[in-house]
Amino acid sequence: MTKIAEAGKGAFGFVDDRVGAAKWVKKNLNKVFPEHWSFMLGEIAMYSFIILLLSGVFLSLFFVPSQQEIIYHGSYAPLSGLPMSQAYASTIDMSFDVRGGLLMRQIHHWAALIFLAAMIIHMLRVFFTGAYRKPREFNWLIGIGLLTLGILEGFAGYSLPDDLLSGTGLRIAEAIVQAIPLIGSYAAFFLFGGLFPGSIFISRLYTIHVLLIPGIILALITVHVMLVWYQKHTQYPGPGRTEKNVVGPPFMPIYMAKAGGFFFIVFGITAFLGALFSINPIWLYGPYNPSQISAGSQPDFYMGWLDGLVRMTPNIETHAFGHTISWNILIPALIVPGIFFTTLALFPFIESWVNGDKGEHHLLDRPRNAATRTSLGAAGLTFMIVALLNGGNDIVATHFGLTINGIMWFTRIAIFVLPPIVFMITKRICLGLQHKDRDTVLHGRETGRLVMLPHGEYIEVHEQISTDDQWTLTQHKQYQALVAPVNVDANGLERPVGLKERIRLGLSKWMYGEQVAKPTATDVHELEGGHH
Amino acid sequence: MSDLEPLSDPGLPAHVARRADRDPIAEKRAERQVAILFMLSGLSAVAFIASYVGIKSDQYIFLPLLGTTNAQQLALGISLALTLLTIGFGVVHWAKVLMSDHEITNQRHTMRSSETELAELATTFAAGAASSGLGRRSLIKRTLGGALALVTISPLIILRDLGPLPKKQLEGTNWKRGSRLITDPGGIALKASDLEVGGVAHVLPERPTGQKETLEDLTRDPVLVIRLRPEDLHLNAEQASWTHNGIIAFSKICTHMGCAVGLYEQQTHHLLCPCHQSTFDVTTGASVIFGPAARPLPQLAITVDSEGYLIAQHGFNQPVGPSFWERSS
Repeated sequence: MTKIAEAGKGAFGFVDDRVGAAKWVKKNLNKVFPEHWSFMLGEIAMYSFIILLLSGVFLSLFFVPSQQEIIYHGSYAPLSGLPMSQAYASTIDMSFDVRGGLLMRQIHHWAALIFLAAMIIHMLRVFFTGAYRKPREFNWLIGIGLLTLGILEGFAGYSLPDDLLSGTGLRIAEAIVQAIPLIGSYAAFFLFGGLFPGSIFISRLYTIHVLLIPGIILALITVHVMLVWYQKHTQYPGPGRTEKNVVGPPFMPIYMAKAGGFFFIVFGITAFLGALFSINPIWLYGPYNPSQISAGSQPDFYMGWLDGLVRMTPNIETHAFGHTISWNILIPALIVPGIFFTTLALFPFIESWVNGDKGEHHLLDRPRNAATRTSLGAAGLTFMIVALLNGGNDIVATHFGLTINGIMWFTRIAIFVLPPIVFMITKRICLGLQHKDRDTVLHGRETGRLVMLPHGEYIEVHEQISTDDQWTLTQHKQYQALVAPVNVDANGLERPVGLKERIRLGLSKWMYGEQVAKPTATDVHELEGGHH
Repeated sequence: MSDLEPLSDPGLPAHVARRADRDPIAEKRAERQVAILFMLSGLSAVAFIASYVGIKSDQYIFLPLLGTTNAQQLALGISLALTLLTIGFGVVHWAKVLMSDHEITNQRHTMRSSETELAELATTFAAGAASSGLGRRSLIKRTLGGALALVTISPLIILRDLGPLPKKQLEGTNWKRGSRLITDPGGIALKASDLEVGGVAHVLPERPTGQKETLEDLTRDPVLVIRLRPEDLHLNAEQASWTHNGIIAFSKICTHMGCAVGLYEQQTHHLLCPCHQSTFDVTTGASVIFGPAARPLPQLAITVDSEGYLIAQHGFNQPVGPSFWERSS
C-alpha cells in the first residue's frame, strides 16, 4: 500500500465507520464519463447556476426588497433628490457605493443569460441526438421543468430592481394574468395585493426569486444529475461503444479535474463579461413610473420570443355576454407557449409510440440518421427565432433602416411559412448526408488525387476508410415505416384499420418513409471482392 | 450471409500515447506550464485585493469601444476573471496532458429489474395494501378521502388575504366632471390657449391640494392632450362633442397591455406604443391602425370652463387600460 493510500484509509475509515459507503464510493470513483464537447453544455448550465447562487447571495446582502418610497441622496448625481422605491435605490447604491457591487450585479446578470442559453443549447443537443429516449424520459421532463423555471426566475430577477424597464415588464405580466378568462382580475389582485403595482409585490417577488424558485431548481438539478449518474451517461457511437457499455475516462481523476477546472473557466469567463460589458444599467432607465416609457423597451432574450409572439398576434378580442376575452394576449402569451412546451414534453413518448421501439438507448443518434426528427427540431427552432426576431422588431428596424410594420408583417407570415421550408431543406440535407455516408463506406473517401489511366481515362482516387469509420457510419438502427396490416376476420372480411392506428401509420411513414438504406456487410464484401 | 446483416464492431481502438507520455522533456514542460498558470492565479488574487484596497471607488476611466467605466470595478473584475481562468486552464491542462488518458469501460445494466423482483415488489405492495385494509375498510377509505379533499382547501382559504377583491376597481379613474387637466410633469392647470396646433401635453386629473397621486393612479389616470386643426379630425358627432377647438384627449394607457402610449408622431398624427407597437390614429379617435391592441384608446370628454381652463366633461365612459374578463365592451 502506498503512503497516500495508507493515509487515505485512515481518513476514509472515520467516515466509513459511520456511513459504511466504502464499496459504493470505490465503485463510483471509477465511474466512466464519456467525453465530447457537447456534453459540456449541461455542465455550463449547472455551473452558471452555482455562480448565480454565489453572486446572488452577495447581492441579497445589499438589496432592500421594498416599494417604500424614499428620496435618493446617493452618489449617482443625476438621480439625486428624486423619489424612488427602496428596491431601486438599493440597487443604485450597490452599483455605485458598494465596492465590487456593480461587478457582482453584472456577473449575476451575465450568469443568468448564460444559464438560460446553456440550458437551451443543452436541450437542443439532447433533442437532436435523441438522448431523451428511453430510459431518459424523466430527465427530459425535468429538463423542461428546469427551463421553464429558469425563464420565470430570470424574469423575476430582472424585475426586482423596480426600474422603468422592468416595471413595464411587470405591467405586461399583470396584463397577461388579468386576461385569463373568469379568474384573471382576481388572480391579478391577489398577486399584486390590489391594483397594480401596489406596495407589496417586490417583496413577494423577492421571496419567489431568492427562495422558492431557486429551491425547486436546486432540487430538480440534484435529481437530474443523480439520474445521469445512476443511468450512466449516453455516448456517441464508435468502435467498441455499444448499448451495453460506456467508454471514457474515470470520474477520478480525469472527469473530476476537467469538470472542476471547467467550472473555474465558466466562472472566469462570466467574471470577464461582468467586468467589461455593461448589462442592465438601471440608473439610465430611472425609477418605475407607470405613466412613462422608454422607446426600444426590450426584455432579456429568453423572454424575447414571447414578446415577439405578443407583438405579432392580430388584434382579436371577443366581447360577448358582458365579458371580454383577449385572444390577442391569450394566444401568444399562454396558448402557443403551452402547446409548444407540451409537445416538447410529449415528444419522447410520441416518437416511441410511432416506431414501436420500447428498448433502452444509450448510443446517441447522429442527427442526420434521424432525418425527420432533426428537421422537426430545425423547424421548431426557426419558429422560435422568427418570434425572437419580432421581439426585437423596433431594434432591428432602427439598426437596418426597416419599418416596424414591414418586419411585423414579415414575421407574421414567416412564422407560418419558414418552419415548413426549413423542415424540407433540413430533411434534404440529412438525406444527402446519409447518401454521402453510404458512398463513403462503399467507395471510400475522395482524396482529390486525379490519376490518368493508361488508356487516357482520368479517375479520382478513392481511399478506403478504416473499418472503425465504416462501423461508426453504419452502426445505427434504421426504423422502417410501418405497413398497414391487413386484418381479415374469420369470414374473410377485411376489418378497417382504426383511427389511432391510421395516425400511427401516417406518422411512421412521415418519420421513416424516406431514408437512405445503410450499407450492409454484404454490400461491403461484394465491393471488396469485386471492382475498384 | 443475410442481406441486412450489419457490419461488425471492430472493437475499441488501441490507445495512442501522447507526447508527454513518451517524452520526459515534454512532460516536464507541461508540468511547468501548469505550475505557471497556478502562480498567475495567485498573483491575480493579490491584484484583486490590491484593487479593492488601492483604487478609489469613484475613479472612472475611458476604454475604447466600451466607454467610460468605473476603474475599481473593472480592475476587480479583470483580476477575478484571471484568478479563476488560470486555475481552470491549469487544472484542465494538467488533466489533458499529464493525467492518464486511458479510457476504461463500464458495463451497463438494463434499468428494468428482473421479472422476479418486479413480481416480488407487486406482491409486497399488495400485501402491505391488504394489511392496511384500505381496500376492505371502505368507511376509512371514504372518510380519509373526504378529509384529504377538505385539507387541500385550507391552504387555498388561507391565501385569501393575498389581496382584496377587484370589485369595480379596474373600471374607474380619478377623472370626474369638472376635473382640470394638470400637466405632468409641471403640475400646471392647462388652458386651451396653452396648446398650439400640433402641441401635445401629458396630463393628470386635478387633485385636492396636498394630495399626491399614487403609482396606482398613474396606471389609470394619465391622459394625452393633443391639438390638431379641427378639420383634421374625422370623428362622429359624440366624439366631436368631446373635443374643444381641435383639442382632443385620450387615455395614455394602452388598451393592449397597459404600457404608456408615449410616442406621438406629429406629421402622421399617430400614437405608438413602444411595448408592442400598437399604433393609434389620433384623427379618427385613436382607432387602432396597426399592432395587437384591439380597442381604441378611450377618449376623455373635455371642454373649457369660464376661466379658459380645460376640464373634463365627465369621467371616462369605459374602463381604461388592458382588457379583463368583467369588461363589458
